[in-house]
Amino acid sequence: MTAAIQTRELTRVFDELVAVDRVDLVASTGTIFGLLGSNGAGKSTLIKMLTTLLPPTSGGAQVAGYDVVRQAQLVRARTGYVPQLVSADGQLTGRENLRMSARLYGVPRRERAQRIADALAFMELGDAADRLVRGYSGGMIRRLEIAQALLHGPEVLFLDEPTVGLDPVARQTVWTRLRELRARGDTTILLTTHDMEEAELLCDRIAILHSGRIQTEGTLAELRARFAATRLEDIFIRAASTEIDNRGDFRAVARERRTAHRLG
Amino acid sequence: MPSPANAAPLTAWADRTRSPAAFAEQVLAIAAVEVRKLARDPTEMFTRSVQPALWLLVFGQVFTRTRAIPTGSLSYSAFMAPGILAQSVLFMAIFYGIAVIWERDLGTLHKLLVSPARRTALVAGKALSAGVRGLVQATIVYVIAAALGSGPRFDPIALLGVAVMVVLASALFSTFSLCIACLVKTRERFMGIGQVLTMPLFFASNAIYPLAMMPHWLQVVARGNPLTYVVDALRAFMVNGGALGLPLDFAVVVTVLVALVAIAARMFPTLVR
Repeated sequence: MTAAIQTRELTRVFDELVAVDRVDLVASTGTIFGLLGSNGAGKSTLIKMLTTLLPPTSGGAQVAGYDVVRQAQLVRARTGYVPQLVSADGQLTGRENLRMSARLYGVPRRERAQRIADALAFMELGDAADRLVRGYSGGMIRRLEIAQALLHGPEVLFLDEPTVGLDPVARQTVWTRLRELRARGDTTILLTTHDMEEAELLCDRIAILHSGRIQTEGTLAELRARFAATRLEDIFIRAASTEIDNRGDFRAVARERRTAHRLG
Repeated sequence: MPSPANAAPLTAWADRTRSPAAFAEQVLAIAAVEVRKLARDPTEMFTRSVQPALWLLVFGQVFTRTRAIPTGSLSYSAFMAPGILAQSVLFMAIFYGIAVIWERDLGTLHKLLVSPARRTALVAGKALSAGVRGLVQATIVYVIAAALGSGPRFDPIALLGVAVMVVLASALFSTFSLCIACLVKTRERFMGIGQVLTMPLFFASNAIYPLAMMPHWLQVVARGNPLTYVVDALRAFMVNGGALGLPLDFAVVVTVLVALVAIAARMFPTLVR
């Protein structure tokens, strides 16, 4: 299997803080890779580097076969990103949001309408397509954002806490869609989450990030064997609490609560 | 089950996002969104025209009567109408950066910046959006000025000239605002700076008094202020009162705009870091 995402010694330093510290990870094509960690562990910073939004301080990464710094444009063309923040525009309809993405990603005019219709149908938003997004439920907004990120057929999809703030039913719907996407085998998904159930259900491989470092990484079975524990939650607590994490990130917490508030 | 990824790989399209046609498509995609929003909720445009209306009505009427400002053959209300039109565009555009910071806080900006669209196209798209707003705003002020007897021209060349300059000026000041937003990064700090910038830009220009009556040092400052050239062109088109010449006016405004777009395109990605 080829690697859709590969990082080597990927590092990002903000002033004094080493947010991401020499991270090496590999995600194989067609799999779902889960990145777990507490607030301020470095998950969002890592995703920002992989999506070309943030240049690394040192080290590097390849996404879809291209370097995130030197070939950023090629990486952007081959990836989709759903930020943790609510990125859909509430003052537009679902279809208008998708149309803007299609134009920015260069989807040819003659294929636009069909692709938008397909994406809406896949995410079960056909009926709501022409309603303003500010009237959508949290689950619908997330599904629309995923539809937007899939419109151009990306090789790699990045999801930053895709189900934060969603009710259990909405969460299930998002999971079903993501599993279906994996079943097709051509899209690699990297997601970050706090949700152990989500990681257990969806992810082929899991990495636990703490203070910017990868503490442990493997399939769920490998992690269970390594930590002699069944529940991912126990594994997480043991992997992530080698020291008490007092690197609290006020902005990250505020952002997450805001997102949860807007979706919930 | 229909699927969004069932066709041939699409990435080849996305690699073509650097052609001039794709550039235009990206600029228009950003601007089209703005037009939709404006059409859906135009109330802001009307509340924004209250201030210029007051300037024309109160300030303009009083100074026309006192004849304190020498404006040659033009009445003072005719002289100041282009200045107030430019002011309304400036005040709208200079706070554009706040909207962009707001989009960053919401998350919509991240979506634009992970796309393969060129950064210059994103910035130019935002600038054109401001141009559309400026145009709507200018139309309202133009009608008010006409109704108050400031006598702006209504022939096609005048209207076209005013429209083009209004779009360029909105684009220029909104892009300037975007650069400031990239520097200060928060809405609170931006509000403070926005207030500090607007008044000097407005008063150190030929908007409400001619260059000739300024002290020398202020003339020098006003000559370096792009708003002066915007006002001069608008005055030429609206009331035949330009003093600097249209070629110079357009050359300055276009040059500054192009430079600002290039600078903003470099700064824009730092907003989401």
